[in-house]
Amino acid sequence: MNRVIGYLKSLLLLELCAGLALTFKYLWRPKYTVRYPMEHLPKSNRFRGLHALRRYPNGEERCIACKLCEAVCPALAITIDSAPRAEDGERRTTRYEIDLFKCIFCGFCEESCPVDSIVETAVHEYHFEKRGENIMTKSKLLAIGDRFEKDIAAARAQDAAYR
Amino acid sequence: MNWIIDAYHWCATNFPTLTMAISLLLFPLLPVIIAVAMYVWWERKIIGWMHVRMGPNKVGPFGLAQTFADVFKLLFKEIVYPTSANKKLFLLAPLWALVPSLAAWAVIPIGPHQAWSDANAGLLFLLAMTSMGVYGIILAGWASNSRYAMLGAMRSAAQVVSYEIAMGFSLVGVLVLAGSLNLSEIVNAQAGRFGLFSWFWLPLLPMFVIYFVSGVAETNRSPFDVAEGESEIVAGFHVEYAGAPFAVFFLTEYANMILISFLAPILFLGGWLSPFPASWGILGAPGWWWLIAKAFFFATVYLWFRASFPRYRYDQIMRLGWKVFIPIALAWVFVAGCLKYAGLAGADV
Amino acid sequence: MSFQLICFYAFAAITVGAALAVIAVRNPVHAALCLVLTFFSTACTWLLADAEFLAIMLVLVYVGAVMVLFLFVVMMLNLDLDPLREGFVRALPVGLAVAVVMLVEMLALIGVRTLQVAPPADPAVTAHLSNVRWLATALFSNYMLPFEVAALILTVAIVAAIPLVLRRRSDVRLQDPARQVRVQARDRLRIVKMAAVKAAAKPESTTP
Repeated sequence: MNRVIGYLKSLLLLELCAGLALTFKYLWRPKYTVRYPMEHLPKSNRFRGLHALRRYPNGEERCIACKLCEAVCPALAITIDSAPRAEDGERRTTRYEIDLFKCIFCGFCEESCPVDSIVETAVHEYHFEKRGENIMTKSKLLAIGDRFEKDIAAARAQDAAYR
Repeated sequence: MNWIIDAYHWCATNFPTLTMAISLLLFPLLPVIIAVAMYVWWERKIIGWMHVRMGPNKVGPFGLAQTFADVFKLLFKEIVYPTSANKKLFLLAPLWALVPSLAAWAVIPIGPHQAWSDANAGLLFLLAMTSMGVYGIILAGWASNSRYAMLGAMRSAAQVVSYEIAMGFSLVGVLVLAGSLNLSEIVNAQAGRFGLFSWFWLPLLPMFVIYFVSGVAETNRSPFDVAEGESEIVAGFHVEYAGAPFAVFFLTEYANMILISFLAPILFLGGWLSPFPASWGILGAPGWWWLIAKAFFFATVYLWFRASFPRYRYDQIMRLGWKVFIPIALAWVFVAGCLKYAGLAGADV
Repeated sequence: MSFQLICFYAFAAITVGAALAVIAVRNPVHAALCLVLTFFSTACTWLLADAEFLAIMLVLVYVGAVMVLFLFVVMMLNLDLDPLREGFVRALPVGLAVAVVMLVEMLALIGVRTLQVAPPADPAVTAHLSNVRWLATALFSNYMLPFEVAALILTVAIVAAIPLVLRRRSDVRLQDPARQVRVQARDRLRIVKMAAVKAAAKPESTTP
């Protein structure tokens, strides 16, 4: 008897029809697709994207060339040279470079910075067209910091309670 | 516009044979190619929707021009010949696959006796043409000088030859009931008193299922697409093809699918006949739009299968063809003969 | 010269050329493909003679099925033709003799046909039937017995071919798909109810 029922089941293609019904149901579902360049998913305020060097509100750069980030960087992507500044003899970097090809975006530089100078912004849409553009120089990093200071500050303020 | 018609008439009067030959070639070619392009777009859309994605939506309105973009990309690519491939057969293979699949369109009627060739043996011609197509696959596999291609070609050819038998037997049922090999006559034989229910799908229900499933297997489509099983043999017989020859293989596969989708309604679902009673006015009138609508449904079912079913194992495919379909079809040929003899189904019911 | 006649000569020329190529080309796969071309152009000449059923059957059976398998064998065997050609000169006189006999026979046949006052009219046309229908009526009425005998012989051939290759091996584990399909979850799997939290262990077992 079981055998007969089994034959009937397979001949009537019940299981196949059940499968078709399932895909038919999914046909009408609202789609999950995010149309990326037009739509964006919300990003965490801890997102680790392109690097930036920040300044104090009075325009003074934060970085004091302590080289903690250079020391902690697991990918050896950061290179720092320092010297006393000519005007006031303060210890500042003369060279602050991040090689983005080496960087693994772990965020250790940001964690180690005592003055919140080097940060990773939420920017992830960037590209290089020429060899050498992957080296982020100090001026480029400062420019990024100036441009996104408001967002960076807002993200840091949101996350402050958990640090 | 008039000068085009004038030019056509001038050609038709001065070079009648040449004009007819060219228009014969152009008629199945252009609509089929455009239909294939639209069908590929529809496949990507439907499967996308069933995967809860969106499908192509960037090139042109609703992504409609996506296929054309892909085709032009393929046409501009280089044709790569594998090392020590048989160059002549390598190029001949896609053409040998394409030509029969286009030639088969010559006997497809879109209305009563409205086909390029209203041949008396139309159905046999179709079978002959579809069986010719397998050469393209075998040659592609052999000429590529690649193991994957050869394996794919072997799988595909064995599968096509096996399922051709099941398909042929399921068509015998139609022939018994219709009493003709002419496709228009077959559709006319389905116009009976009971409208929708005198069509052949009801007396030949198992054969209808066998026909369509064999059609899916013959076109090497999912879930019978072991011939190009990506997980095992990369892409089967067309691994080594790039650019225009690959586009030709692609065109062939989809043209064959559309052909099977057209044949299913012609043979089993009353072709251009309306499913509604004649008293319903425009809805009840027969016309080519019914044929197109039914063919569109079957073409969509092809894609639906692809979105739903996992691939068969090869021995299961062969088992299904030889041990399930052929015995059922043979038995049903007998049943169809009895039905016809008892006057329960066929041309006059 | 009518269009039909031009077509006939073209197809006939292709047939003869392809048939010559079958025995002339070195590559066995090419030879098999030339044989396909021969069959196909022969079918075309038959179509011109209004024998559409026979023509399409030739394509369907020989081109569509027989030659596919033939081509397969040729591809699989990877034939080396050179040893096969060694005896060519020695066998040449015999081959020529057979060819001459066949030619004479064919010419004689054509001669006998032309001696008839007029070729018999196409019976399908005179009966106002389609070629297929006339052939079917003839086969299933006048030639019923030969037809059935031929069918029986073919069936016997199939049945005979199967035992030739059939061998039962006891050391192979085969799957029975019907059993695989029929199996149900409860045949393979036993669901046991268990408490979510382990009962507290007894004190005598924890303290030795």
